Amino acid sequence: MALLAAALPSPATLARGAPRAHPLRRLLRRRGAAVGLVIVTFFVALAVLAPAVSPYDPLATSWTAIRKAPDTAHWFGTDEIGRDVLSRVVWGARASLLAGVVSVLISLSIGVPIGLVAGYAGGKVDMLISRLTDAVLACPFLILAIALAAFLGPSLTNAMIAIGVSATPVFVRLTRGQTMAIKAEDFILAARAIGNPPWRVALRHVLPNVVPALIVQGTLAIAAAVIAEASLSFLGLGQQPPAPSWGSMLNTAKNYIENAPWMAVWPGLSIFALVLSFNLVGDGLRDALDPRQA
Amino acid sequence: MLTFLVRRIATIVPTLIFVSMLIFGLQQLLPGDPAVVLAGEDRDPNVVAYLREKLHLDEPLPVRYLYWIKGVLHGDLGESLRMQKPVLALIMEKLPVTLELASMAILIALVIGIPAGIISAVRRNSAWDYAANVVALWGLSTPNFWLGIMLILLFSVTLGWLPASGFVSPFEDLKGNLAALIMPAFVLGNAIAAVLMRHTRSAMLQVLSSDYVRTARAKGLPERNVILKHALRNALIPVITLGALELGTLLSGAVLTEQVFTIPGFGKLIVDAVFNRDYAVVQGVVLFTATAYIVLNLFADIAYVIVNPQMRVQ
Repeated sequence: MALLAAALPSPATLARGAPRAHPLRRLLRRRGAAVGLVIVTFFVALAVLAPAVSPYDPLATSWTAIRKAPDTAHWFGTDEIGRDVLSRVVWGARASLLAGVVSVLISLSIGVPIGLVAGYAGGKVDMLISRLTDAVLACPFLILAIALAAFLGPSLTNAMIAIGVSATPVFVRLTRGQTMAIKAEDFILAARAIGNPPWRVALRHVLPNVVPALIVQGTLAIAAAVIAEASLSFLGLGQQPPAPSWGSMLNTAKNYIENAPWMAVWPGLSIFALVLSFNLVGDGLRDALDPRQA
Repeated sequence: MLTFLVRRIATIVPTLIFVSMLIFGLQQLLPGDPAVVLAGEDRDPNVVAYLREKLHLDEPLPVRYLYWIKGVLHGDLGESLRMQKPVLALIMEKLPVTLELASMAILIALVIGIPAGIISAVRRNSAWDYAANVVALWGLSTPNFWLGIMLILLFSVTLGWLPASGFVSPFEDLKGNLAALIMPAFVLGNAIAAVLMRHTRSAMLQVLSSDYVRTARAKGLPERNVILKHALRNALIPVITLGALELGTLLSGAVLTEQVFTIPGFGKLIVDAVFNRDYAVVQGVVLFTATAYIVLNLFADIAYVIVNPQMRVQ
């Protein structure tokens, strides 16, 4: 009887409906998201362990191994000055992941407080912030990032700043919209009624409820930032040579496409795999954190 | 309708003012004296003095902005130091090439994206649906400059069917023009097709479950008519607005695509200007692009109201 009682849901549970699985478990149940998570973990491990797993120094040139096709010594072949492509792809993962994560952190750290203020304060403050956001959104993302990187000067740090600033309006809009919706909920009225100051209500009660949407958007934004960093590096505005970056590797590779196509295949496939996996995780998170999908 | 138009236009005025401030502010990011930096590597004292006077660098920032915006309103976006030409003239010279490329890209995106979205929604959870979703995910995750390089490798280097780079005017050689633009247009249209496919699928799913579609089916109309005449017409309405938002992707993508295929368009103009440190051109191109984006979105909103009678009533 005791066993039966333990197996049955309690009346309280029945009243609340079936208990929902942990969001991570729900995420891993989605095959696409699970595959994406494995690939992201693989690239993170590759970036962290680059000095240990890279077979050669990514900057070491060899005049006897110029544009060598893939073989047992160089699995991904060598580039135009004899550098090992595999080692450069492994080290390039660092630049891409760093740019993806740091850019999104920049966007979050600027966008979330501004969106929170706009959504919570409303009125003229909201109108001013919204018009400013519209202005930044009116400039196509990559064109604004190119302009910012051009004026700041070409470097990986400036590329990350440019991408982060260009992507900020999306987070302002998202946070503002979510804040406005949550602000109208009863528990916020209750928090205000017991005398909490506005900043405490915004930070302690509104912000935690915005976080799930930010996690989803942040994951998808990392994918966009990885492509943006590769694009800027491809144009020569991101990571500067000889430091390895997938985008700058492709920029060089396009000049040798007839004689050394492997130089273009691997960095491109790496960008594709990383971006695809972040997109899969983002889509999976959207479903996992959506209460309607539980 | 008139009230809507007036209200909608009124909202873009402050946006345009902020855009102009933002783009003018870019100049302030230049390290050191802007006149010296803008004068290029030669730093000719005469050029520096000319720029200092032309840009009113001795005046306070707000005054400089007013001088600049007055010029912009009169069609003066500055002058290219490298090419010794007005920026607006340069933009107008390169724009037709990018417009042709963009038009072809949109056509390709529509031809792939909308039918794929319809099939995906009509055959929900079938192999077609999964295949369309995989293709969409591929389109969203592939860097277009890499796709461009891979297509050059396949169609130009290996098969020798298409030229790897360059541009021929359609007035000189139409066949050569199409051969030169088909690969870049596909590269550019690929990502937009993926987005259109997703929007069409979700709009179709919503429309297909509505009462009037059920009524049309109950009347015994052939499924083809229900989908194409009743469901698709309404499903395409939100796709117009959401598709217009992809104009930014199109313009951003054009920068990279033109670089890969060496097409002398608008995108290549901004990249060349960046490397020549021709900042007036960079500023001019960004301002032109942002204004075009805002105006085209306005047109999309108007089109949305025209095609959707419910919006007109509201």
